[in-house]
Amino acid sequence: METPVELKYAKTHEWVNTEGDVITVGISDYAQDQLGDVVYVELPELGREVSIGEAVAVVESVKTASDIYSPASGVIVEVNEALGDSPEQVNESPYEGGWLFKVRFTDLSDDLVDAQEYEQYME
Amino acid sequence: MEEQLKRTPLYQSHLDLKARMVPFGGWDMPVQYAGVMQEHQAVREQVGMFDVSHMGEFRFKGEGALAFLQSITPNDVSKLKPGRAQYNMLPGNQGGLIDDIYIYCISPEEYLMVVNASNIEKDFAHVQSLITPEVEFSNESDQWGLIAVQGPRAEETLQPHIDVDLSKKKKNSVFFAELLGFPVMLARTGYTGEDGFEVFVKAEQAPALWSKLLDLGIVPCGLGARDTLRLEAGFPLYGHEFNETLTPLATHYGWVIKDKEFHGKDLLVGQPIVRQLVGLTLEKVPAREGYPVKSEGQVVGMVTSGTLSPTLKKPIAMAYIDVDALDKPLSVEIRGKDAPAQRVELPFLSK
Repeated sequence: METPVELKYAKTHEWVNTEGDVITVGISDYAQDQLGDVVYVELPELGREVSIGEAVAVVESVKTASDIYSPASGVIVEVNEALGDSPEQVNESPYEGGWLFKVRFTDLSDDLVDAQEYEQYME
Repeated sequence: MEEQLKRTPLYQSHLDLKARMVPFGGWDMPVQYAGVMQEHQAVREQVGMFDVSHMGEFRFKGEGALAFLQSITPNDVSKLKPGRAQYNMLPGNQGGLIDDIYIYCISPEEYLMVVNASNIEKDFAHVQSLITPEVEFSNESDQWGLIAVQGPRAEETLQPHIDVDLSKKKKNSVFFAELLGFPVMLARTGYTGEDGFEVFVKAEQAPALWSKLLDLGIVPCGLGARDTLRLEAGFPLYGHEFNETLTPLATHYGWVIKDKEFHGKDLLVGQPIVRQLVGLTLEKVPAREGYPVKSEGQVVGMVTSGTLSPTLKKPIAMAYIDVDALDKPLSVEIRGKDAPAQRVELPFLSK
């Protein structure tokens, strides 16, 4: 299972990449593997104000629908439109092509952990 | 206290294949190996296999066996000849079904009943409460491994390794054979909408048989694919489309109820039919179990099973709908938004 060290992770299996005051959010390799074949992704609307821990996106696998939680408070500034036509990107490329949304944040969750701690958590 | 999950004789085989295990009806079962889509496709186009050893087997023997089975089920068991299988149901004491079942006729005085895994204890207690002295009744669920080999290439894959001519065995045939060196009972039945065989093997021999079937190139498939396959085929799943309060007359399985007397008949056929089971297709987002079905702003039903159909590449669902809303435009409420739904005939996929 791949867990890039430059990212932070939530215990609800989102990964977070911070650049300035914007974070990019996706789901971890572990999470996509657990979900199985992703068939549909519901993304938040641009400009939506979100809070830490709020369910803002939904990743649907063949079997089930799973909420994705925002690791930050702020505003949705970009979403991965390409997932509309190719939701399987979440499985195939969870850290690159399968990213979900970006938040310009005012506050970041205190519960994010580094790759090592996330891996320990999953064991 | 955490529930102790039961394991089938193939539990270790699943771990060896690195299957993802999930709790299902009290059992620790594989939900997928390589992936639901891949496994689904293997069964639609080639051949796959499922561990269904968690299902229960009850045996009925003796001169009174037929009369007894006839008295507790709605289908006409007297039409069942030796070497044949029949889909049937177990009506409860309250009007609904306590299970849907298969009955296999071994001889005029010996029958095997296959019941759903999560219902074994309940079904046993129910049958036991009605049993008559002239019937020898036993629960053999722990003695049997059950492997369902399913797909258009099932027959040609098994034929070189079995001592009977499979081309002579029609759908719903039941027969004994030696398969890959193991004494087995096979039924040409399944739950995928494809041709195939359900193979009963002694529990202790199940792992060795499973392993040899893998060597033939049969794709191991989990509960995930089993669910998408059965849903495309329009098959009801107990606990979703059937339960102890629903009558099969409200579904496309009303045909099982024949004109005869049986335990629970009055309550089962006397129920007013206020909702009917229908098939729905949606445009994009999958509808899931429990989502409300609406018409003209009002809730008129509930989704009982739903997924994205891997074959049709669009969301399909089964739902109970108020009978007076059947001809109205329908939508499914998905996370607060109404998604238009089309009513379609079941099965979604006809073979």
